[in-house]
Amino acid sequence: MKRILVGIKRVVDANVRIRVKPDGSGVVTDGVKMAINPFDEIALEEALRLKERGAAEEVIVATVGPADTQQQLRTALAMGADRALHVQADGVIEPLTVARAMLKLIEREQPFLVILGKQAIDDDNGQTGQVLAALWNRPQATYASKLELSGETARVTREVDAGLETIEVDLPAVITTDLRLNEPRYVKLPDIMKAKKKPLDTLTFSALSVEPRQQLKLVRFEPPPQRQKGVRVKDAAELVDALRKKGLL
Amino acid sequence: MSARILVVAEHDGKKLNPSTAKCVSCARALADAEINVVVLAADAAAVATQAASLEGVARVLTIENAANLHPLAAVLAPQIVAVAAPFTHLLGPSTTFGKDLMARVAGLLDAPQVSDIMAIESATRFRRPIYAGNAILTVESSGEGKLVGTVRMASFEAAGAGAAAAAIEKAAVSVPLPTHTRFISVSAAKSDRPDLQTASRVISGGRALGSADGFKILYSLADRMGAAVGASRAAVDAGYAPNEMQVGQTGKIIAPELYIAVGISGAIQHLTGIKDARTIVAINKDGEAPIFEVADFGLVGDLFQIIPEIERLVS
Repeated sequence: MKRILVGIKRVVDANVRIRVKPDGSGVVTDGVKMAINPFDEIALEEALRLKERGAAEEVIVATVGPADTQQQLRTALAMGADRALHVQADGVIEPLTVARAMLKLIEREQPFLVILGKQAIDDDNGQTGQVLAALWNRPQATYASKLELSGETARVTREVDAGLETIEVDLPAVITTDLRLNEPRYVKLPDIMKAKKKPLDTLTFSALSVEPRQQLKLVRFEPPPQRQKGVRVKDAAELVDALRKKGLL
Repeated sequence: MSARILVVAEHDGKKLNPSTAKCVSCARALADAEINVVVLAADAAAVATQAASLEGVARVLTIENAANLHPLAAVLAPQIVAVAAPFTHLLGPSTTFGKDLMARVAGLLDAPQVSDIMAIESATRFRRPIYAGNAILTVESSGEGKLVGTVRMASFEAAGAGAAAAAIEKAAVSVPLPTHTRFISVSAAKSDRPDLQTASRVISGGRALGSADGFKILYSLADRMGAAVGASRAAVDAGYAPNEMQVGQTGKIIAPELYIAVGISGAIQHLTGIKDARTIVAINKDGEAPIFEVADFGLVGDLFQIIPEIERLVS
């Protein structure tokens, strides 16, 4: 079966204003709205569109995270994923560990395409897709803004600093998504009901023979330095004058 | 053991990207570090000479291969791993080139990566922004094995020229290179304006510019001021500006001397990209826009009147 594996992460919703805990041990997540990482939502949307176009037969959504991540998996199933895999794990999970677990899922499911977000908006690491491609010894096409499949290859347009780069990769491959690849669909109420009946398998690191490792100790979280609020100027002339005085013009 | 650092050079085949000099500056924060730069290219000579002139660089390694003509992470990563043995740290820029490549290197090395290093406190202790810069995290590695890092561009000044040029050595690398990833093309808008990531003055526009045509008043002012032009995500999504102009969490993170935000409301993801700018100017018709919270100078009004007027005043 032609399968696409999509990796998602549960993160603090993009619209939440983050607060660092007073003791510096982390950020406040109690009672905070959680969501699928926006880039991963784009990854799932792309997989669903490929299936709808007949380029894939099954979309599997996978995550590594705490028990509560089931909520996000159910949302993904409601969006249209066929089934979900939940590698349940608590605490700090580094990209290398996630990639190892994903590799085990790849070995089980044999997808021809793996799509993930280019970064998670919580830790902003931006590593998992590339690390996974390295461990799998397969191509990576990061920061995708356009994806076209033809036969055994994919042509991917990538958003790079210089502009838009197009590369061709043999399949199977890992794709990571940028913002403009697509606009994810909204979940409809009947789909939420249907999603409750879709299969969701819970797994563990030990069942996958993955040894989780934490190689970076999280020493301290701090709020960023705040910028001083400045002054209002009344018109263009006053602005130009002020900038000239500071030697900026 | 003192640190031996390998910086992976970013370049276009002819010129070293300033991102490399910023990585060297980051590496120099470790007092006794030995800093090496590796240049992977089809023909590395010109770029290697530029890298060798940077202050603090002890040695430049070149890895030449026709396959290195275009920087493909899957092709470059195994060659970097092939020369990685003597090094404690491997650093690359936190640009799309470096982010794509270094994490693949980390995967091959089975090593941890610290992304977006904004400060090096010791050989094992680093500070980096998380949550779009809304928190700063200090991380510590064990000091065993190798550490891979990407360097946040807005946090470091580019290293200048050193007194004497470093030695340049050709590295003999004979690892099998994958052919599963192929470069097709790159489309970059040709522009005579300064590079957005290194410009000392940047003018950015938001959705309030209304159209690609609306951006013309910014280009005109930018050319008068010798500034680069950026855009908010909203403006890029609307098609008013190309993706490479996007400033913010998922676009470019910049630290110019002067940043002028025109018709940009100041979403948190945009502010992430500019919070290291020395002076921020906000021009917006909505006096309540969040951009004014971070602006050193705020001007409320119609940008289509204000921008041409500024251009007249600076002419």
